[in-house]
Amino acid sequence: MKDNLYKYILGIADNSLILGQRMGSLTGHGPSLETDIACTNISLDLFGQVRSYYQYAAKIAGDGRTEDDIAMLRKEREYVNVLLVEQPNTDFAYTMARQFLFDVYHLLLLNELQKSKDLTLSAIASKSIKEVSYHQRFSSDWIKRLGDGTDLSHQKMQDAIDALWAYTDELFHQTQADKVMVKEGVGVDVTKLKETYYKQVNEVLEEATLNIPESKYFQKGGKEGIHTEHMGYLLSDLQYMQRTYPNMEW
Amino acid sequence: MATKNWPLWEVFVRSKNGLEHRHFGSLHAADAEMALENARDVYTRRNEGVSIWVVESKHITASNPEHNGELFEPAQDKVYRHPTFYDLPDEVKHM
Repeated sequence: MKDNLYKYILGIADNSLILGQRMGSLTGHGPSLETDIACTNISLDLFGQVRSYYQYAAKIAGDGRTEDDIAMLRKEREYVNVLLVEQPNTDFAYTMARQFLFDVYHLLLLNELQKSKDLTLSAIASKSIKEVSYHQRFSSDWIKRLGDGTDLSHQKMQDAIDALWAYTDELFHQTQADKVMVKEGVGVDVTKLKETYYKQVNEVLEEATLNIPESKYFQKGGKEGIHTEHMGYLLSDLQYMQRTYPNMEW
Repeated sequence: MATKNWPLWEVFVRSKNGLEHRHFGSLHAADAEMALENARDVYTRRNEGVSIWVVESKHITASNPEHNGELFEPAQDKVYRHPTFYDLPDEVKHM
């Protein structure tokens, strides 16, 4: 139970950590000052949520490890985020498409997690919902703006959606720990979110005059620790300070 | 980056209920909706506000600084127009 709960928490938290790192790396590099700050805000929201999850996970582990150890000192194979969130910031269309495809899922997940029997998880979910509602509003707006914008912005957004589509199915895969936690009434059965997810995503894509990809070939592996080639580079950035100056504090 | 900039908007934020909206600054946005979202992110991220107004800067008519003499100076020696002869009770805030 303890081990599964620990894994279950990381399964949720790692997504926010890695996406937060991706968005945070846009600081000073956003397409305009305003969107730059917006992306940084999203990143900070996600990191805030991550801290609550990791603090709880550290307590569950109960072996002296801290939230920082969990965030900074695992090896690549020990991170269990979905492949979607580690995909690079290719351009602003990719950045927003990735955010949008995750936000819709994230909000559905948190809505259900609020009902968890685990009071800590349900409290974190309730606290995060407002933030994530705003993320979804922000990213959906950009999907529509760029999709229903100029020929060029439409093409770029369509390319981004097409490229990232293969990573959406993994959101609804269950690990062994997920299944145990669902049985315990602690975890969310993500398989039940799938239908609503694609319905909501497709509505926005249609409004954005974008084609809904028909590809049925999906990527998976992140939840089991098998990542895409982008993950190692991301982690070397994320972990640099702790690896170079172990135990440094700021 | 597009060579053409988004239009400029002025942002007014009410910091709490009961107070007036105050000018906070300006930003760029493609339309009103984006201006509101940008204002939320740029100006209220430290819990500064409960309400935001945005107005495109071109809709604001400003007085010309060259006319400051005729506009404002005549009021300088009319001290009796200021309610400074009253003692304000402490309960009255934000005067």
